[in-house]
Amino acid sequence: MADRPEQAAGKGANKPSLSLHVPEPTYRPGDPVDFAHITVPAAGKQARPDETCDAIETSDLCYDLVRVLGDDNKAHGPWDPKLDPDTLRTMLGHFAMVRAFDERMFRGQRQGKTSFYMKCTGEEATSISAAMALASDDMIFPSYRQQGILIARGYPIVEMINQIYSNKGDKLKGRQLPIMYSSREHSFFSISGNLATQTPQAVGWAMASAIKGDSRIAATWVGEGSTAEGDFHSACTFATVYNAPVILNVINNQWAISSFSGFAGAERTTFAARALGYGLAGLRIDGNDPLAVYAAEKWAADRARANAGPTLIEHFTYRAEGHSTSDDPSGYRSAQEREEWPLGDPVTRLKNHLIELGEWDEERQAAMDLKCAEEVKAATKEAEKNGILGHGLHHPFRTMFQDVYEDLPWHLEEQAAQAKREREIKWPGEEPWS
Amino acid sequence: MSTETQNAPEAAAENGERRLNMIEAINEALDLKMSEDPDIIVMGEDVGYFGGVFRATAGLQEKHGKSRVFDTPISECGIIGAAVGMGAYGLRPVPEIQFADYIYPGLDQLISEAARLRYRSANDYIAPMTVRSPFGGGIFGGQTHSQSPEALFAHVAGLKTVIPATPYDAKGLLIAAIEDNDPVIFFEPKRIYNAPFTGYYDKPVEPWKKHRDSVVPEGKYSIPLGKARIVQEGEALTVIAYGTMVHVAEAVCREKGVDAEIIDLRTIVPLDIEAIEASVKKTGKCLIVHEATRTAGFGAELSALVTERCFYHLEAPVERVTGFDTPYPHSLEWAYFPGPVRIGEALDRILEA
Repeated sequence: MADRPEQAAGKGANKPSLSLHVPEPTYRPGDPVDFAHITVPAAGKQARPDETCDAIETSDLCYDLVRVLGDDNKAHGPWDPKLDPDTLRTMLGHFAMVRAFDERMFRGQRQGKTSFYMKCTGEEATSISAAMALASDDMIFPSYRQQGILIARGYPIVEMINQIYSNKGDKLKGRQLPIMYSSREHSFFSISGNLATQTPQAVGWAMASAIKGDSRIAATWVGEGSTAEGDFHSACTFATVYNAPVILNVINNQWAISSFSGFAGAERTTFAARALGYGLAGLRIDGNDPLAVYAAEKWAADRARANAGPTLIEHFTYRAEGHSTSDDPSGYRSAQEREEWPLGDPVTRLKNHLIELGEWDEERQAAMDLKCAEEVKAATKEAEKNGILGHGLHHPFRTMFQDVYEDLPWHLEEQAAQAKREREIKWPGEEPWS
Repeated sequence: MSTETQNAPEAAAENGERRLNMIEAINEALDLKMSEDPDIIVMGEDVGYFGGVFRATAGLQEKHGKSRVFDTPISECGIIGAAVGMGAYGLRPVPEIQFADYIYPGLDQLISEAARLRYRSANDYIAPMTVRSPFGGGIFGGQTHSQSPEALFAHVAGLKTVIPATPYDAKGLLIAAIEDNDPVIFFEPKRIYNAPFTGYYDKPVEPWKKHRDSVVPEGKYSIPLGKARIVQEGEALTVIAYGTMVHVAEAVCREKGVDAEIIDLRTIVPLDIEAIEASVKKTGKCLIVHEATRTAGFGAELSALVTERCFYHLEAPVERVTGFDTPYPHSLEWAYFPGPVRIGEALDRILEA
């Protein structure tokens, strides 16, 4: 009681002691897992208000879970986006590709071809299905776990691998940590390591689109852990104040590295419910249900395009793998969680739905998985011709000094000259800038 | 009035002299650029209908419309973050942070995002924004309305930092900053918004209208970033300053009859190293003056550069006159402010060396 005024100390003596609540996840390594406490409503039971409704009319949906695909592998209810089989097969194809890609890149990191990688296993729908509901020129402000969007938008996987290897083909000139992609051509904003910074940026982009009377909208992705950042609060406030045509996707995958979602506030409310305090429309959806993700994103996109306002979507999902190649989840959570996760696997669910429709079968799935694996393998070989990390094939040294500013100021000219001298000393006779 | 070295305002004066204070010059620069380029938007706390707490954006909303000049929520992180997104879209935002003391909540967006965007995306995306913010003390602003945080920004690769000292420069530099494709921090010394301040707080203030550099041409002109201004030529020593301190240094040198060469840096990054080097090599002595606290202030960088590049020409140690290493106090403002006594003492030491 060091900071308590002395004369007050006696007064407090008969009061109950306060205690600090430090959230604790339900399961730790070795614990048997039972997810009975997670309410999984039946598919198709959630109401679908009109896209232009008042934000308050989404209140119930912020505490519910929008689901379309039922345990019977059929689509149910008003949120069924009624996608044709070709579109569903395309979606499944992107799922297969991103899974094959993640698998190979993870292995590439373990083989020392690059320093770092992050998988999105279990969360494929939250990026791919969502991206497919947007126009190709709607602007994406992603976090680091939305590689599925690039794949859905047709970004060449060789370019993705070049970036991961930081080789001489890397469009970002080896400046960025692997997976921090950027592609203006694909309306995919430069990924930053600083969490949640992209959220107010997405709102600003959407405001700009509105200022110019454009018809494009912006969408941003942020993990549930990062919603605790101040930027997220700023983004929600600005989005509402200016009625910005933006979608705020919160990927609640239950884990922020080793911290369970309780440390972002999930013990007492949902992330979707945060929308209500800001006056945003909010939807809480089954993030492992590709049809629900597509439908919700489309609903929010239509709402934004109609000048009816921004939407916050909580994608309730599970991070099936470690946080990154630098992480071992067996140190903080039960390995059984992934198996017991009540919302299943998005890829399996979509596959089973297509099979149920009579539009797919296991043989075609196996053939597609194989084809994706071979395609990624071929792309990897192609990218490796440009070099792998640390094996000498990278962008010329002088590029280190470029693009800090539009033009090189004198102090960077001087430092570039210093770097050149260093190389001439270390490798005499060789082209110092190569 | 010391030697005239600025010809542009003098020439303008002959074509019908028009004198503005710094606020009017800034307002005119904004109005002119907004009229010329529909992609420029102005936003910040109280900048819209009200026209800004210092009147810098007065009349702009009425003239250019609410979608181009608007008030924002009180969120510096949101203001800068939204501006980065607008820049990615293709706009050229000119956000205002009401006081430089309140820029810190926006620092992550400035340092991690705006400054690095061009580099990390290999030119895919840029942040062509100009963040205007009143800064500096001498107005009884206490701890949170007086700070000079320029050194924080000088340390960030990818940012440019500009600080005008006259109405003429304020207009020309702001136009150049808005046109620049890199993110620019534009610090406006609020002590000299309405009149130049000499540091002699107990003497009456002379209005801008009597100062040679308040002649501001109508229409567009710009002053290149990275180019210093020789306020007055001299032989006895070189004084390097910026913002309010240019006027304080000038007044003290005049009072003491010191034949100083006074350099107004105008831009902190990129720095006009040529002007500094040429001057110190000529005079052999150098005094650096800034309001900001001393330790790791921008004066330290200047002192190191002068020592590295002019060592064999130096006849005295390079000195720094700065604010003390304390938070900016309220009641003891004039004991804190690097005024005539502190500058005078340093001048004596250097000239006697």
